[in-house]
Parts: sequence; structure tokens; C-alpha cells
Amino acid sequence: MTGFISLFQAAVVFGTVIMFGAVGEIITEKSGNLNLGVPGIMYLGGIASLAGAFFYENSTDSPNSFVCVIIALLCAFLASALGGLIYSFLTITLRANQNVTGLTLTIFGSGVANFFGGSLNKLAGGVGQISVAATSTAFRSGVPLISKIEGPVGQLFFNYGWLTYIAIIVAIIAQWYLTRTRTGLNLRAVGENPATADAAGINVTAYKYLATCIGAGISGLGGMFYVMDYTKGTWANDGTIENLGWLAVALVIFTTWRPKNAIWGAYLFGILYWAFFYISGLTRSSQEIFKMLPYVVTIIVLIFISLRKKRENQPPEALGLSYFREDR
Amino acid sequence: MVKAASKKEALVRIARRDSMAMWKSVAIRLLAVVLSLILSGILIYAIIKENPLKVYESMWNGAFGSVRRTWITARDTMMLLCIAVGLAPAFKMKFWNIGAEGQILVGGIATAACMIYLKSLPAWLLFICMMVASCVAGAVWGLLPAVFKAKWNTNETLFTLMMNYVAIQLTSYFVALWENPYGSNTVGVINQGTEEGWFPPVFGQEYMLNVIIVMVLTVGMFIYLKYSKQGYEISVIGDSQNTARYAGISVKKVIIRTMLISGAICGLSGFLAVSGASHTISTSTAGGRGFTAIIVAWLAKFNTFTMIAISVLIVFLEKGAIEIASKYNLNDYVSSMITGIILFFILGSEFFINYKLIFRSKSKEAA
Amino acid sequence: MEKNVAVRMQHITKAFGTKVVANKDVTLEIEKGEILALLGENGSGKTTLMNMLSGIYHPDKGEIFVGGKEVHIESPKDAYNLGIGMIHQHFKLVDVFTATENVALGMNKTEAKNRNAIAKGIAEICDRYGFDVDPDKKVYNMSVSQKQTLEIVKTLYRGANILILDEPTAVLTPQETDKLFKVLRNMKKDGKSIIIITHKLHEVLAISDRVSILRKGEYIGTVETKDATVQSLTEMMVGQKVELDIERPEVENKEKRIAVSHLTCLNKYGVKSLDDVSFDAYGGEILGIAGISGSGQKALLEAIAGLQAAEAGSSVRYFAPGSEEESELIGKTVTQIKQMGVALSFVPEDRLGMGLVGTMGMTDNMMLKSYKKGVVFADRKTPRALASRVKDELEVVTPSLQTPVRKLSGGNVQKVLVGREIAAEPTVLMAAYAVRGLDINTSYTIYRLLNEQKKKGVAVIYVGEDLDVLLALCDRIAVLCAGKLNGIVDARETTKEEVGMLMTNLREE
Repeated sequence: MTGFISLFQAAVVFGTVIMFGAVGEIITEKSGNLNLGVPGIMYLGGIASLAGAFFYENSTDSPNSFVCVIIALLCAFLASALGGLIYSFLTITLRANQNVTGLTLTIFGSGVANFFGGSLNKLAGGVGQISVAATSTAFRSGVPLISKIEGPVGQLFFNYGWLTYIAIIVAIIAQWYLTRTRTGLNLRAVGENPATADAAGINVTAYKYLATCIGAGISGLGGMFYVMDYTKGTWANDGTIENLGWLAVALVIFTTWRPKNAIWGAYLFGILYWAFFYISGLTRSSQEIFKMLPYVVTIIVLIFISLRKKRENQPPEALGLSYFREDR
Repeated sequence: MVKAASKKEALVRIARRDSMAMWKSVAIRLLAVVLSLILSGILIYAIIKENPLKVYESMWNGAFGSVRRTWITARDTMMLLCIAVGLAPAFKMKFWNIGAEGQILVGGIATAACMIYLKSLPAWLLFICMMVASCVAGAVWGLLPAVFKAKWNTNETLFTLMMNYVAIQLTSYFVALWENPYGSNTVGVINQGTEEGWFPPVFGQEYMLNVIIVMVLTVGMFIYLKYSKQGYEISVIGDSQNTARYAGISVKKVIIRTMLISGAICGLSGFLAVSGASHTISTSTAGGRGFTAIIVAWLAKFNTFTMIAISVLIVFLEKGAIEIASKYNLNDYVSSMITGIILFFILGSEFFINYKLIFRSKSKEAA
Repeated sequence: MEKNVAVRMQHITKAFGTKVVANKDVTLEIEKGEILALLGENGSGKTTLMNMLSGIYHPDKGEIFVGGKEVHIESPKDAYNLGIGMIHQHFKLVDVFTATENVALGMNKTEAKNRNAIAKGIAEICDRYGFDVDPDKKVYNMSVSQKQTLEIVKTLYRGANILILDEPTAVLTPQETDKLFKVLRNMKKDGKSIIIITHKLHEVLAISDRVSILRKGEYIGTVETKDATVQSLTEMMVGQKVELDIERPEVENKEKRIAVSHLTCLNKYGVKSLDDVSFDAYGGEILGIAGISGSGQKALLEAIAGLQAAEAGSSVRYFAPGSEEESELIGKTVTQIKQMGVALSFVPEDRLGMGLVGTMGMTDNMMLKSYKKGVVFADRKTPRALASRVKDELEVVTPSLQTPVRKLSGGNVQKVLVGREIAAEPTVLMAAYAVRGLDINTSYTIYRLLNEQKKKGVAVIYVGEDLDVLLALCDRIAVLCAGKLNGIVDARETTKEEVGMLMTNLREE
């Protein structure tokens, strides 16, 4: 039981990172933009929050935890949205290929983040030295009242940093937005058939830009959560963010483009990610084989979706294509 | 209601170009590279406060500063080029093989396995074994997504992407298995003393063989795509699968065949990386080059000779950035950052080759 | 006399790229409460002109006045705000949305109500003009005519007073066309202005009040419909006297070439696209295939060509000319059919998406049929000679044999395709919608080529949409309805109405 509890707890932490990434990417893809820059965007979000918090904490003797949180959130969101903006400008305005632009964004984002991550470490006095304890503590604090719940139920569900619950709320809002609102309907139309949306008087370019930038901003919060919660406000360039970023891209398919499915899907991916740790009798090498699980499961889901061909489960029809009104 | 009536005419409009002179499109791309170098220069200046020209000088030194450095630059260019050449047929078929990274790794694993288990073979036989094994491993990695794409139209972009991570974990598994010395969590240089399975020097040059192999592939792939029947089939499928079916081309067969070739060449670049360069295997053997090569292949519009130029540029930047990093005490990631910026610019520049901007004042004058 | 002008377009010029001038100094007026037909051949710039009114394109030069005021229409949204709505030839609907959701698209905050209110609004419009729309039906489940109805309702819901319909009858049966015209007259009575883009002359005469004619992008003139005749309009449209009669040569000694029996096919969702179809096709005749679009025409031709799998029990037998030999085509691939010596040529509906490779030049497109002959490398010499022969004989206008064919005009693309297929000296020639989008002269070239093949003893199977053409060109017409063969009629005896009935009303068995 304790084994399962700690597995589940680890899964929820990584799951939250993936959930932010996937929900952001769903919104982006609903506008017809397949952004393979998610890992890069999550890197940008992570490093920006860390840098913002670092400079704030260094500038004052007694950092206010509320200010810490606001600064980190803002930095993460804005830096990631900026990544989304670069992608949007290239693919929407300049009509560059989406796959290639996304991959470049991933290269760029990991370069920027690890470069500045390394520099920040140096500024703070050496490898692994940077630490934003106050901000990290503020993020890791639980939700009042429910975090006091004890016993297995409390340990399983109520003992996480408050951002964990925000992720779920963001997913629910995204689901509601896409299916129940006027602009959500318009956004889906843009991703399905931009020419139709255009003829209906919808500003296709604006929708694509906004969806991609806001989507990127949300994805970036995943990077921030990883830095603030999992690594406790430090920087290590071991590539985990990139792994989680690709898993977020995979999760989008797993959810069949529905944010509500990202909630349980993300935790499932988290469990698959950590499963090797809790299976007894694995040697160090065979553990590595078990770490393949989330990727293998995604492949299986991918095959399954393509086999079933259900109309409602298909990707947005114009996904990956750029739109130019005067194309003939 | 007549809100639109008072609105001004839009300032700028976009129209598709019919065609553009060769020299103009080359000039636009060069301009993009120059602009991006200027931007990177400003960025570097902001960080290290050093004269950007001096920075570029040390970048040049990093890549071509000595004979040895030039050869290493050549070796790494060949590696990148080899992957891009491998990707070319798949991309020409509009099959998004994002899985080069994984295909390189399994090729590398196969090579390392030969080096470890078959080192008693004669050198020439071992060489052939490594070559064949790496190709087969890469081909298998390419085959899986191809089969599903051919049979059920499973999305290959995401399938190949996931195969990368399966390959990375597989590499971790073998690294743990072959760990040397124990506890180091690396394989170490394989056959360090005896150099079994290492590329032999050709014409006295350690990396000459890498150059020869990749140049043969580059020329061969160019001819294959342009003049062969199979190359023609690939082009037809890349344009329209329906037309291919109409012409009696078996789309499934060609998808699978082409991905076998693509995967095999990417696998072969794993062989180059392990046997012809590092003589070891780790999860960073591919080092993101599988992704960079996608961009190389795309920008070159599948022309393997253009790929040479782009590969040289990117490897030059990498080497240069690493030199700056060590000289000015920064970390290596500065190279990814600069590569990213330059690729953004080149990607963006394509727009000005395919489209033109029409400004309002100009069109009014014309009227 | 004071005229009640709804829209005036003045000195409009629009070019694509440096070479194609789609509209040149066009001036056009539409009054309130009238139906104006915009007549012109394919490629004469009708749709481009109207797209500038609906905000899809923007004119390079010229002014647009709506209700007497000059306007700049920068986007479809501006057009909506001015009360202009266009029903495009390719419907602008989102397949996975319901009818209501499609209507709700693009509404601003004040217009957007909850979905029930929108559904109610749809019902009101339907009552007023005589439409029938199911608000909860998904578009991908709708028939072509239902989609068109939804498009019109959507436009009306958005408050359009000026409606533009781009070739609305192209996809409709004669009966559906009558229904549409009734609705249009109702709307006219309601004070709406309607522009209908078409090249079908009898429809122009039936529905419009005035006709404006475009030719090669230029404005030719406007006439009152009551003063116009088919002949006078054609001359204005084409610019020369045209022989409108299609030839139908008689051929003796027809011999059976293809026998289709119990042919049944499934589409990709597992629904029957063809259901137990049986007929024979003869050498020396043109067999027409009629039916509303999507009645199984595509599956039929593709099944014969070896491109579409058929269910058990289906059979397509081929009888070689001048011999007793017969061979089964079902279950064979394209390549196998070719190896059996069956000279089957096929001009598919989707020219650039199936018949040709758009990014390749004429030479490489000729290779499509012959490239397999080489050992490792493909032979380019023979195809090059063929390409230049086709170019000369059919007068294909192209800068060079290497110019990608997608850059050619629709008529030239079709000439390349038909030229290649005929050069293969077929015994069976299948052509789907062979003149769609072509100007009159090219269309008549195609009819002539088909008749030449017929006279040579080739079995020609011609899928068409224009019933007048089918009646004039073919010897017999097989009518498909919902995947079933609903009857074969003699084209010399039948009437348009009879064929129309067979297209829509499935006979009870």
C-alpha cells in the first residue's frame, strides 16, 4: 500500500507537468497548429520562472511568498507565450512548415534554458547551487484545510502543492471553453476548416495567434511546476523536461483532443513513467526497459485511434496546414 | 452597420510569387544567415561584452583553427549530412520521419554490440558486420511506423517520435549492461587498446573514411531520387497517393521500402558515430542531430547537394559556439541557442522567396 | 429615372501573380429585389469578381459601392456587416459540426444567443422561404442539397440582403433545381438582391431578370433576360458564333466489351457505395452514367479500373476485341490488368489529385503510364516525345514540357490528361466529369475526342453531370441512384425529366 501511495504521489507530480503541457497543446492544436515545440516551451517556462524568482529573492532580504508566486507565474507564462509567438509568427504570418518550426523551437528553448540555467548556477556559486527556496516553498504549500486530511486518502489526493489542483481546474476550464462557448466554437472551426471560418467572418489569424500563444503559456506552466515543485527550485540540465514535453505531445493524442481526458491520462502517464521504480526484482538495466512504458502505450493508443477511424476522435482536419486566403 | 465603410484600406497585402531567379533566392537566404549572425552577435555581446567580430573570429578558430579541428568539423558535418541524406527519401514521399534520433541510436547499439562481441573477427569482416548490423537495426526502427502507416494510416510523425524514446531507453539498457568500468554508468571507449572495429585511417587521415562513405551516399541518393524508377515512385506518392494508386504503384510497398532505406541510412550514421568517431555508445550518441537533420533535409528541399552546404553551416556554428563557450567560460548550450536563432531566420526567409508584399502606397501610385 | 441600386462595382481589376489577370476594368450593378445572372465561361473571372464582394479577395484597382456609399471590403466579416453573403461552390461548412453550430459560427457577442434560440431562428427562416433543415444533424451526414440549403439559411440568418450563389445548380437534380429557384423567387419578392453565377443558359433564361456577361475577365455587357436567347447569350459569352450541337455519330457492329454484374463496393466507413450493379458496355458506343454526385459513380469507375475492392459475388468481365477470350477484372490490381493486355484508359474526376502529378511537368506526367519499362532507371526519352506530340496535337498552352502541370489552366490540364490516356490506344475509355470547369471550346474538343474514340470501336464510359450534354452525346445512359442502378435509357428517346426522376426516386423492386 505504501508502495502504491508513493508511486501515485510521484505520478501526480509528473502527471501535473504533463497535464499543463498537454492542455496547452490541445488548445494550440485546436487552432490547426501542430506545435512540436512543447518541450522547448516548457524549458522556457521553467527557466524564466526560476530566473525571475532568483533575482527577486536576491534583491530582498525577506521575500514575500505571494510576490514570489506572482513573479514566477508571470515570467513562466510570458516567456512561454513568447515562444508561442515566435512559432506563430513563423508558421502563421510567414507560413513556414509547422513541424520544422516546432522542432527548431525545441532546440532553441532547450538551448536558452540550459544556457541560462548554467549561468544562473554559476552566478549562485557553482554547479547545482541555484536555489529559490522561498518561491519553491510557496509553490509547494498545500491547499488550506484539505491538506490537513490524513490517512491514505489524504496522502493520495490532498497532500500536493496547490498548483496540482490548478492544473485540473485549467483542464476543466479548457474543456468548457472548447465545447460550451462561442469563441471556443469559432476556434474549433478554425482548426477544422479555416476557409469556412474565414468566410463566416472569423479572424483566422487572430484566433491562431491567440490560441498558440495562450496554449504555449499554459504548456510553459508545466515547466515551471517541474522546476518549482519537483526539483524544489533548482536547475539540473538532465533533459527530463524535454522527455516530459514529448510525453505531453503524446498525451494530446491519447486524450483525442479533449482536455478532460488529460486529467486522468496525465496521471496514468505519470504512473507508467515511475512504474519501474516500484516493481521489485528489476536490475538496473532492466529498469531502463520498463521506462519505455509510457512511449509504448502512446504508440499503442496511436495505432488504436487509427484503427477505429471514429469521426469525432480524429485530429482537427486542418492540423499542420497553413492558411492563406488567396490560395487558389 | 456600415462600420466597414469608414475603414482604411489595409497597409500591406501578400501575394504568391510565380517564380524567382536563382540568384535572388540564394541572396535572400544568405541575407537571412547574415541577419541571424548579427542578432546572435548582439546577444553574445550582451552576455560577455566582447567585440562581436572577435567572437566570430574565435568561432572560426573553433571550427577551422587547426588541421585537427577542421577534420573534426568535417567528421561531424558528414554525420549530420548522412542523417539528412537518409531522411531525404522519406520526406520527399511526405513521410514525416521524426525518428532519425532513434534510428541512429539503434544503429549505434548494433555497432557497439559487434565491437564488443565479435572483436575476434578479422578487421574487414568485423567492418562489414558492423555496417550491416547498423543498417538492419535502423531499418527495423523505420519499418515499424512505416508498416502501420501503410496499413492503417497511423500518424507517422508521432509514431516515429515515440520510437526515439523507446530507442533511448534501449540504449540506457545496453549502457547499464556493458558498463565499463563498473559503477561509471558509461560504456567507456570500446576496445581502447586494440582498436578493433575502429575506422582505419585512409590516406593517413583518421576521418577520411567517414567522408568517403557519406559522399558516396550523398551522390548515390541524388541519383536515386532523380533518375531511378523507385525515385520516381517516391515523387509521385509525395505529390498524391491517389495518383500513385492510379498509376499502379503499390503505395504500401513503396512506403515500407522507402522507410527501410531511410532507416538503414540513419542506422548507418549510428555506425559512423560509434565506430568512426566516439568509439563508445551513450544516450547522447545521437545528440539531437536526428532533429537537426530534419531541418537540414527540409531546408535543402531534398536536394542532397544543398544539404552539404547547410550541414557545414550548422556544424560550423556548433563548433564555433563551443569554442566561445570554453573561451569565455560559458556553457555549451549557447550553440543550441544560436543554431535555433539561425534556423528561425532561414525558415522565415522562405516566405520572402515564395510570396511578395504589396504596400498600399505603392499600389496606389501604380493606379 | 432613379434606380434602386444595391451594389455597384466600378473599374475592378484583379490579377494573380504577374501573368493571370482575372478581372480587367469590370463595372457591374445590381438592383434591389432583382435576380442578376452573372454569365461567363469557366475561367472568365465570375467567381473572382464575386469573391471581391464577399471579402475573400481584394481588388487591385477599382471601387465598390454598397447602398450608394463607397466601401472597402477587407474580409468576409466586412461583407457580412454590409449584408452581403455568398454561397460558395465548395461549401464553407465544418463537417464535424451540427447545422446549428455552423450557423452560430463567427457571430459577435450581441448576435450569439444560446443554441436553442439559434435553432428557433433557423426554423423561422425555413418556414418563411420553404427550406427544410434539421438543426442537430452533423454536416458529414448531410446530402449535397441539404448542405446547400444550410448554406443559404446560414447566410440569411446572418442578415444578408445581397446573396451571391456560385454555380448553385451544378450539384442538383432538375427537381432540386426547381425547388431552389422557387425559394430564390420568394427571396426576391422579399426585396433581396440575388446574384447567381452560372454558365447554364437555360437556367439564366428561367430565373434571372437581367444578365451580365464576362469574357476572359472583361465585362461585355448587360441585357434584359426577356430580350435574350440562348444563341445571343452564347455569342456574347464566347465572342464568336458557336455550333452548339454535339455530334452523335452512328457506329455499326457494336461488340460487347465490358460486362459488369452484381458489382457491390463498400466505402471507407463500411457503407455500400455501389449496390448490386449490372450492365454491359459496348465498343463503338458512349455509355453515359448519370446520377446526383456521390451516387456511386466514383466507386463504379474505380472498381473497373482495379482501384477499388469489390465485395464477393461482384464481377467485371472484359471481352478482348475480335476474340472470344474473356477475362475477369475484379480482384486484379491496376498493374495486373495492364499485364493482362487490357488497354483501359481512365480520366478520373480529380485530375491533379489522381490523374496527374501536379508538381511534375508534362514529360514526367507522361511517364506515369510508362515508367515501369526501365530496368533501374526510368526512361525519359519516349515520354518526352509523347509529351511534345500531345502538346502539338491538342494545342496545350504551357511554357515548357517541364512546367509543373498544376500551374496550367484547367483546360490545359485536362488536355494533358486526356491526351495521355488516348495515346495509350485504349479499348475501354472511362472519363469522369471530363468537361467540368472547361470553357466551351475546350469542352467541344473533348466531345470530339470522345467521339473519335467511339468511331474507332472503343467502349467509352462517360460520367457526366450536365443532363443536356449527356442526352446529346451518349448512346445510352445508365442512371445511378444511391449506389443502385436505377435504369438504363436510350439517350435518343429519353427526356431530361425522365432521367431526373431516375436520379432521385429509387424504383421499388
